[in-house]
Amino acid sequence: MAALTDLTLTDAVHSLRRGDISSRELTSAYLDRIQRLEPSVHAFLTLTPDQALSQADLADHRLATWRQDRSSQLPALLGAPLALKDVLCLEGVPCTCGSRILENFIPPYSATAVERLAQAGAVFLGKTNTDEFAMGSSTENSAYGVTHNPWDLERVPGGSSGGSAAAVAARMALAALGTDTGGSVRQPASFCGVTGLKPTYGRVSRYGLVAFGSSLDTVGVLGRDAQDVALVFRLIAGHDPCDATSVSLPLPDMQLSEQTGLASLRVGIPQEYFIPGMQPEVEFAVREAVGVFESLGALVTPVSLPHTRYALPVYYLVAPAEASANLARYDGIRYGPRLPAETLWDVYRGTRGAKFGPEVKRRVMLGTYALSAGYYDAYYGQAQKVRTLIQRDFEQAFAQVDLIAAPATPHTAFKIGARGDDPLAMYLEDVFTLPANLAGVPGLAFPVGQDSQGLPVGMQLMTPHFREDVLLQAAHAYQCVTDWHTRLPAL
Amino acid sequence: MSLTLEEVDHIAALARLHLTEEEKALFRLQLSAILEYFAQLQSLDTSGVLPATSALAGYTSPLRPDEPRPGLTTASLLSNAPDSEADQFRVPPVLE
Repeated sequence: MAALTDLTLTDAVHSLRRGDISSRELTSAYLDRIQRLEPSVHAFLTLTPDQALSQADLADHRLATWRQDRSSQLPALLGAPLALKDVLCLEGVPCTCGSRILENFIPPYSATAVERLAQAGAVFLGKTNTDEFAMGSSTENSAYGVTHNPWDLERVPGGSSGGSAAAVAARMALAALGTDTGGSVRQPASFCGVTGLKPTYGRVSRYGLVAFGSSLDTVGVLGRDAQDVALVFRLIAGHDPCDATSVSLPLPDMQLSEQTGLASLRVGIPQEYFIPGMQPEVEFAVREAVGVFESLGALVTPVSLPHTRYALPVYYLVAPAEASANLARYDGIRYGPRLPAETLWDVYRGTRGAKFGPEVKRRVMLGTYALSAGYYDAYYGQAQKVRTLIQRDFEQAFAQVDLIAAPATPHTAFKIGARGDDPLAMYLEDVFTLPANLAGVPGLAFPVGQDSQGLPVGMQLMTPHFREDVLLQAAHAYQCVTDWHTRLPAL
Repeated sequence: MSLTLEEVDHIAALARLHLTEEEKALFRLQLSAILEYFAQLQSLDTSGVLPATSALAGYTSPLRPDEPRPGLTTASLLSNAPDSEADQFRVPPVLE
């Protein structure tokens, strides 16, 4: 019999219902695997084994009752062990955001997305590593150490949801929540060979998510395949009265079809996403995957997103500007440590200077500058105008096609330390994922090959607003006829 | 586009950030390089283009009824405070 941790989320939920396995067995198998692999992977910042086991026992009790009398409806994830990125609040469990400025913060309430998973019966294994306040593309900006890519421990898992991606890839969790402000679900999913969804802006409540860039932040899902991601996404999506930016639109039917045809689906390939300097093996694998889509009946045509190259400067003005405002709340007064000082001014300056890491300081500085008197119009104002042009690019492309297919990243996972101290080089990591955030459209990354070193290559699909169903169905169709998503790192 | 050390000091003061001399020198160089890269935005003609205000143009934010409902307790809100007294956050003197 295969290891319990090899089951997908979808299969595990069924096995639990049938009584083939208990949640305690499954949860223990994950906790054992975490204990074995965590020293080399470091996917987690906080582990909650005792809580996980008591949640598992509650689930087992409920499952046993249900097997006696099946008239009641079981919660969708009952007994399934999941992980949460450490920027999402879980009541009573530390939430650090990878930062020293929240090193002792215990949230007094849970995020809506987390609460919905709890209502669905999920077991929480712990909180996963992230770049500080989700600012980064490698988890190297975490104040608590880097996460290692399960495919090659000398490489980064991507970021900022690198802990969640590594945990799913290494079978240290069935699935995980992440967040995506500029690619922070899709880029690590791509580097770790898992399936990662960035939903439409507004689709999932952000209540209880620690804010970074409020016009960009989304809560997403990382899982082993499109089916598992759809299962979790369906539960967390939907309007929340506690988040005025969450949209009250009905969720389309998310039952993914076993039939693999993509007949008459119009798929656009944007030329701007195949740039000089990208790794040839990435382009090869993505073009091969497009060939698979064609063989499944999709109609493939070139499309253009002409302002793609401006997405990077626009994003790195808009996101830091919003971050500089959002992070003003960390000042040593209401939560986090305080550096004692004579005056209030010095408490603010001293606490922030001592407890924020270098990348957060850099972005707060950049954002403050872009919003400051005399520079607002030239930087922030101009960036928001160009953002309009990027949004129009997508509108025009989606007038012609149902789906856009592109690489998720220009190359596979890089070595820890390889981007050194050059912030701009790190910013360029997000070049293919930023446009979707600026336009608010959903994106999905999933593995479509490996490079010569055996590292996963990720493809990205994008659709018009609120068509996550098309995204997930297309990836599911691909995964029904290929096996890249089932490959495992040797650990 | 090159920032001066005085500009770095000014931004740090606006951002309420204490920076060491090393950090100021480093950020001066790094932010200057980043802003130089961003200058390409200036070359784009955006006359007549309205600035984006949202990732979802055309969708309005639903508002909930303004009715009293249970919230977090004072004790739970103060539970993370580094210094509190008499149900309030305690801070150093604000006025001389």
